[in-house]
Amino acid sequence: MKVLVRKTIGIMTVLMLFILAACSGTSTETGTESESGDNTEQASGTLSAKIGVVSYLTGAGAAYGEAITQGLKLAQEEINEQGEVNIELVIEDSAGEADQALSAAQKLMNDDEILAIIGPTLSTEFLAVAPEADLNGIPIIGTSTTVDGIPEIGDYVFRNAIPESLAIPAAMEKAVERTNAKKVALIYGNDDAVTKGGFEVMERTAKEMGLEIVATETFQKGQSDYNAQLTKIKNGNPDLVLASALYNEGAVIMDQARKMGIDVPFVGGNGFNSPQAIEIAGEAANGLIVGTPWFGESDDPKVVEFNEKYEAKFGKLPDQFAAQAYDALYIYADALKRAGEADRDVFRDALAETKDLEGLLGNFSFDEIGDVVMDVTVLEIKDGKFVEFE
Amino acid sequence: MLLEQLVNGITLGSIYAIVALGFTLVFGVLGIINMAHGEIFMVGAFVGVMTTSVLGWPLWLAFIASIVVTGILGYLLERITLRPLRGKKGVSHLAPLISTIGVSILLENLSHHIFGAGNQPFRSSFAEISIEIGSITIYLVQIVIFAISILLMIGLTIWLSKTKAGKALRATAENLETASILGVDTKKIITLTVIIASAMGGIAGILVGMAFNSVSPQMGLSMGLKGLAIIILGGMGNVKGAMAGGLILGLSETFLVAFGDSGYRDAIAFIMIIFILLLRPQGIFGSKIAEGR
Repeated sequence: MKVLVRKTIGIMTVLMLFILAACSGTSTETGTESESGDNTEQASGTLSAKIGVVSYLTGAGAAYGEAITQGLKLAQEEINEQGEVNIELVIEDSAGEADQALSAAQKLMNDDEILAIIGPTLSTEFLAVAPEADLNGIPIIGTSTTVDGIPEIGDYVFRNAIPESLAIPAAMEKAVERTNAKKVALIYGNDDAVTKGGFEVMERTAKEMGLEIVATETFQKGQSDYNAQLTKIKNGNPDLVLASALYNEGAVIMDQARKMGIDVPFVGGNGFNSPQAIEIAGEAANGLIVGTPWFGESDDPKVVEFNEKYEAKFGKLPDQFAAQAYDALYIYADALKRAGEADRDVFRDALAETKDLEGLLGNFSFDEIGDVVMDVTVLEIKDGKFVEFE
Repeated sequence: MLLEQLVNGITLGSIYAIVALGFTLVFGVLGIINMAHGEIFMVGAFVGVMTTSVLGWPLWLAFIASIVVTGILGYLLERITLRPLRGKKGVSHLAPLISTIGVSILLENLSHHIFGAGNQPFRSSFAEISIEIGSITIYLVQIVIFAISILLMIGLTIWLSKTKAGKALRATAENLETASILGVDTKKIITLTVIIASAMGGIAGILVGMAFNSVSPQMGLSMGLKGLAIIILGGMGNVKGAMAGGLILGLSETFLVAFGDSGYRDAIAFIMIIFILLLRPQGIFGSKIAEGR
């Protein structure tokens, strides 16, 4: 199947080349113009680049887009201050919809000045946009896209978000080890690729570990009443609840679960890992276990500094999504420096060679297909704070 | 399990019913669907959150604040977006519907801008009070929600059928021009209706905030759609229909989750609409020419 897809993509690329060659007659003029523009900028010492951002800025999940763009803006400010490269962000809204994300991305791709793209936010959106970006030969990085098969889309597709297939099993293993859990209940959002992907990983891992699944429940984005599902879960008497939810819904689920008397620990995916979960659920958030590359309470000076700057600028603490976006722009800046020119292909090659970059989330490299190489930390909420799981 | 789910279903159903009452009142008098009702409901919930958690006001004061704010919103809605379109030549009968959609978009984005995108917690000690009966826990909030929805329904029915203002309102609903010839101040009556409907949305908002502890700028949309489904189900412009429709929808959603697949939860409202439109297009309690509203 994959071979077939690769072949089709290959053929289409060749076709595209022909079309491009046919069009080149008209586009040479503008091409040389922009090149000469680049040269003057290089002469002045700083390398300028425009980065397109597609993010979820309006709608039910706008909190993610907000965190991501804020992380990017902070990184942009710092990078531009350092003066080696000058990055301009062109931000477009995807509204959480795959078709809107695609049209926003196409708008960016059609702009020759855009060097590369960051985003879109949701895996659902990313799966629609990335193949297009790959065909157009524009590098694209997912900062919050955690489902399986993202970097496999093509050579121009990267991510720095840790996949659920790494984070969730790590968290589940530790949770089961401590609680001796035998029975688990699952609850997940069935209208989103991330929460669905997370659920698949949870179900698979639970089966591999020989756990009994007593209930599998679903919900939809923006729902506010989870009592019916939770009553069913409560009656199954699980030792652990595996909740593949984004924090906005997840926190409310935990709150309602605790009120109902479900006191067992919750294991969540990437989307559940946010200080906002504590803000929303308060005490009810205690006992949430997540696997994540981002540990906001860490005493690593880089993280502490980032927290301070972020809070001063935006009035709240950053979450994983802000941190991942922040790191992504640094990864881009680093690749741009090494590339030495704002050319999409040269930039892609430099990006693929990213290795041992020290970011907020630790030591970062891409593997041969453009996926993350990074360690997972397992965290737990205890007394209203994220602490490392023991 | 069955009892617990029954309590869940009645709570949800009562909330749906209060939202639907607001819809049905405006529809009954003006014959338009107020698409901004869900968003007014959301604003009511946010006023509750802000007054209790940020300003630390007691709950009863939060209720009053919420009713006042949503009442004012209702007045503005009528004055700015509905009245200018009424009775003018060349204005399509769909125009007020579209302008309420505009208001709903405005309100959603405004509160998104002010309060941020995520869920806001509703912290209130009142929401923590519970009674244990056997193995099931019933929260006082759940009882209050049910009681308020019943009271609102009875109050509205009495007000509509017995009081002078209620009679004037029904006359206006029957025929705007005739009512105004007979000395009913129709402008005042319509404004009053929209204000009352909006204030009921505000009450529903604050109750939802307390019961589910989640308030977000997007909550109005799904509630609005459910409210719409309910008035089609129960009969457009019918108070009893709104109440019954709300409870039916709340209970069937809950029991679908309890005994079936939770993935179909949101589908049930629309499946019901399809059947009701095929079998009894005027709704369960509706009559061909709506009366007794």
